[in-house]
Order: sequence, then structure tokens, then C-alpha cells
Amino acid sequence: MLEQLLFGIEVALNGLMTGVLYALVALGFVLIFKASGVFNYAQGVMALFAALTLVGFQNGQIPFAHLINAVLGTNVHHFGWHLPALLSVVMALASMVLLAVIVERLMLKYLINQEPVILFMATIGLAYFLEGFGDMMWGSEVKKLDIGLPVGPSDSIESFTYDLFGYGFFIDRLDIVAAIVAALLVVTLTVFSQYSKIGRALRAVADDHQAALSVGISLRFIWVVVWSIAGFVALVAGIMWGAKSGVQFSLSLIALKALPVLMLGGFTSIPGAIVGGLIIGVGEKLFDFLLGPIIGGATENWFAYVLALLFLVFRPQGLFGERIIERV
Amino acid sequence: MNDHSPTENLIDVTNIEVIYNHVILVLKGVSLMVPKGGIIALLGGNGAGKTTTLKAISNLLKSERGHVTKGVITYRGQSIQNLDPATLVKMGVIQVMEGRHCFEHLTIEENLLTGAFTRVAKKAEIGEHLDLVYTYFPRLKERRKAQAGYTSGGEQQMCAIGRALMSRPETILLDEPSMGLAPQLVEEIFEIVRDLNQDEGVSFLLAEQNTNVALRFANYGYILESGRVVMDGPASELRNNPDVKEFYLGMSEAGRKSFRDVRSYRRRKRWLS
Repeated sequence: MLEQLLFGIEVALNGLMTGVLYALVALGFVLIFKASGVFNYAQGVMALFAALTLVGFQNGQIPFAHLINAVLGTNVHHFGWHLPALLSVVMALASMVLLAVIVERLMLKYLINQEPVILFMATIGLAYFLEGFGDMMWGSEVKKLDIGLPVGPSDSIESFTYDLFGYGFFIDRLDIVAAIVAALLVVTLTVFSQYSKIGRALRAVADDHQAALSVGISLRFIWVVVWSIAGFVALVAGIMWGAKSGVQFSLSLIALKALPVLMLGGFTSIPGAIVGGLIIGVGEKLFDFLLGPIIGGATENWFAYVLALLFLVFRPQGLFGERIIERV
Repeated sequence: MNDHSPTENLIDVTNIEVIYNHVILVLKGVSLMVPKGGIIALLGGNGAGKTTTLKAISNLLKSERGHVTKGVITYRGQSIQNLDPATLVKMGVIQVMEGRHCFEHLTIEENLLTGAFTRVAKKAEIGEHLDLVYTYFPRLKERRKAQAGYTSGGEQQMCAIGRALMSRPETILLDEPSMGLAPQLVEEIFEIVRDLNQDEGVSFLLAEQNTNVALRFANYGYILESGRVVMDGPASELRNNPDVKEFYLGMSEAGRKSFRDVRSYRRRKRWLS
């Protein structure tokens, strides 16, 4: 019995860690949604693209190598150097900022004052473009992402809990790192949005972009800032997921898991994204652990969506979503 | 065209035409001037083109798919038609939009601080300026920590004007400050406008439907009707003009107008357009 309980706790802890990773992706959605009312379908692909770029830089891959080889008949693939992890992270971040600028210049600028749904459609287009572009630039094979983050089970936790309960908890060290990074990210973003001048401007734009325009806040500048931050969050998510399961196309599909997270936490709340992610992560693991054997397993695939559905019915703004202020 | 004594002209609008969505002609040749230190009233009923005129000047039109297709708008002699609103705010022209448009999830104080977005200044300097704004709007100081969405209409109007003041404007384009407010509050807000004009030297271009109040506080007025300026003159003259009295102030020689005479309204009004 105790064994069972301890196993349950271990499952919950692991769920918590997966939840952190969901939350990281959801965070990127929330940032853009808050500032521009746009659901950025491309967020997941941005995480994939960021991870691809990071690995590409780090391994000294030649961008568009396949294309170059096909056109010129050459056989180039690598520059033959290996960059330090930190430098390649910085370069990948710079690429995401550049991407933000390009998206603003080529896409958002022309869609000022359009319906949110039109912007949404545009981000779907962006998602498919980026997916293909990433493939073309860096190749489509599964890549290993290694920037020196600790991976594998934590021995100290295992032996510590073994001494304590006579049962060793199995917790991935990468998950612990991810949790710490996510916590730091949330604190930084919250402080930035609450207390900095640009953060205040971001919230102002989120509330009323016409009024923001009238006091001299440039929407185009704000968009670049928001997409850059979302790119940064995508990079962090890409690194964590990439280190966990390799950089591959399926990375862009985790974005789908972010949807129920958002419905739970509320589309406009940064803490909501985190709490929502944790609830989904723990919930799906525990649900599978407790009821999975009874109803035949594989509940992890649908649990999150059913939970989201319930929330849509009973609390559409989510747990932490902004209440719509209506004066009568 | 019109010859009012104060020396220098800030805004000079000459014969502008504005089209929305490439088809809807809203302004059909509007000209007006805002001299330095003036309070200029832009009067007229619904749909006369007051808001459009203000937005054409502040360049908020573009984000609503409106375009100035003819005419010239200058500020201190410099053409401003192709500048974005942010640049104009830096030059000293800011619009307070109709219906307040406060950032409702931000506190009153945060709202005011967003007004200083374009300024490159030390925190202390902006803090001092914030205190100055609070001296004009003591009510806002009491409510500084309240979310703007939960404050009253009058407080929101004050917040919107205060927010504009935080940009250190030379000219404020004030759109319908009286909208939805009790007469007493309207009076209060207009008195603040007058104080700001006299003590801080802020010039105002004021779009109003409330002709009575606007003409009491303004020095000069323009009357717009279906996209044209149909009459203009010093506020005192307009106030005493029998037609303005009848059509906009609801008075005739024989006292208040009765609905029985409404039929003659349309016929007589033709001279105006």
C-alpha cells in the first residue's frame, strides 16, 4: 500500500515536471495573445525553429546545405567547427529577434486593424512557412540537442528518498532544470511587464490599442518586442524539449498540448499558463495512474482536452483569465 | 480667412477632404486654424465630421482606413500628414479620444505614466510632472491605485486628459469631453481645461456637441455640418448669432423653441449648407 502511495507521488512529481514544459510553450502563446489579441498558431513551430537554429549554429551546419548541393552539385554540409553552447544560444536568440522583425515587416504591418481571425489565419500561414523553411535551412533529420544541461535520473534524489522511504524516486535532472528555468522566466516576465516602461506599454496596447496609439506608443515597435519575447520563450521551450526528446518535427505538435493549458489557465494570464501547465501535467499522469488500468489506458492523449472542455463550459475565462470589466 | 489676433498659428488645416475605406467621403473641404494659446471649439451634430477632423490632424485616421485625399495640414508651418501619431506626440500634438479610452486594467497612475511613453526623461522628472497633473486632478490622486476600468466616467475623462498632459503637449485635441457626464462634471472639466490653457499654456482644439458650454470656454468656434465648415467666428459672436442660438443653443428670439416650429427648421437651415 505504502509502495503504491509512494509510486503515486513519484508519478505526480514527474507530471509536475512535464507540466513545466507544457507551461513553457503556453507562456509564449499568452505573451502574444495579451499584447495583440492574436492567437499565434506558429508558437510551437517557433520552438522547433529555435531549437533547429541552435543545433545548427552549434554544430556548424551550413544553412541550406541540401539546396546548395542540389543546385550546384556540391557536397557541403558542415563548416567544420563546433561553437560553445552559450554562444550558439545567444546566436539563436538573435535569430529569433530577427525573425520577429521580419514577421512585423512582412506580415503584421499590413494587417493593422484587421479582425483577430485574419491575424490568426496569417499565423497559420507563418507556421507552415516556418516549418518548411526550417527543414530547408537545417535539414529534416532528427537532431540531438546538447548544450550541457544535466540529463538522466538524479542519483542524489534517488538515494535520498531511498534512505527516507525505502523507495527511490526517479526524477530526471533535466526536468528539475526546466522547472527552475521556468520559474525564473515567469518572475522575470512578471517584473518586466509590471514595473518597466515597455512592460506597461505592452499592457496598455493589450487593453486598447487605439488609445495606445493616441498617446504615442508605436504599435509596430511593441509588436517587434512581443514577438521577440515570444521567440525567446520559444527558444527556451525548444531547448528543454529538444534536450529531452531530440529536435524533430513532433516538437511543433506540443503546441497542441498548450491549448488545453491555456483554456485552463486563461489566455491572458502568465501565472495562469504556469498553473494550467502544472495541473494538466500532474492531472494526466495521475489520471492515467489511477484510472488508466480500469478503463484500458492511453488516457494521457485525451485527458487534457476533456478537462479543457469542462473549463470551456463552466469557466470560459479560465482560472486566472482577466475578468471582462463592464461598467453599467 | 479668419483673422484672430493671437500671434502664431500652431495647427493650420487647409481645405482637407477625408475618405474612409476609399468610398465614404466624410470631410468635404474643411479649413481651420489653431493659434498658440487658443481654445478653439469645433461644433456640430452627430456625423458632422468633428472626430474625423481631429483624427486627420493627429493621424489616427490611418489605423481606421481613412485617408486625407486633398488639402494640407501643417503644424508650425511643417506638413504633418505623413507623420505617425508617435512622432506627432513628440512634436507636442496629442489627441484625447472620444469616449475616454482609458487602459482599463491598468491603474489610474499607470494610465498617466503611459502618457509619458514618448518622453526621454529621468524618473524623478516624470514623477514631478505626475504630481503637477495631480494638482489639476486631485480626484485622480485619491484614486491612483484603482483600476481605471472601475472608476467613474468623470474620473476616466480626467484620467484621459491627465494621461495626455503627461506627454508635455503644446496642443491637445480634445474630443467630446462632455460625453455622458453630469452637467456639474462637464463644468468642472471645462474649468480645468481653461486652467491648463492659462497656466500651462496648452492650446486646445475641442470637438463638442455641447455648444453652450464649449462656446463659453472657447475663444473661437467653427461649426461643421456634413463635412463642411458652415460658419466660424469668435465665440462671443457665435453665441449671439441668432441662427446659432436657434439651431444649436435651442433658443429663439421668443424664448425656447417649440416643436411646432420644427418644420421651418429644415427650410431655414438651407442657408447654412
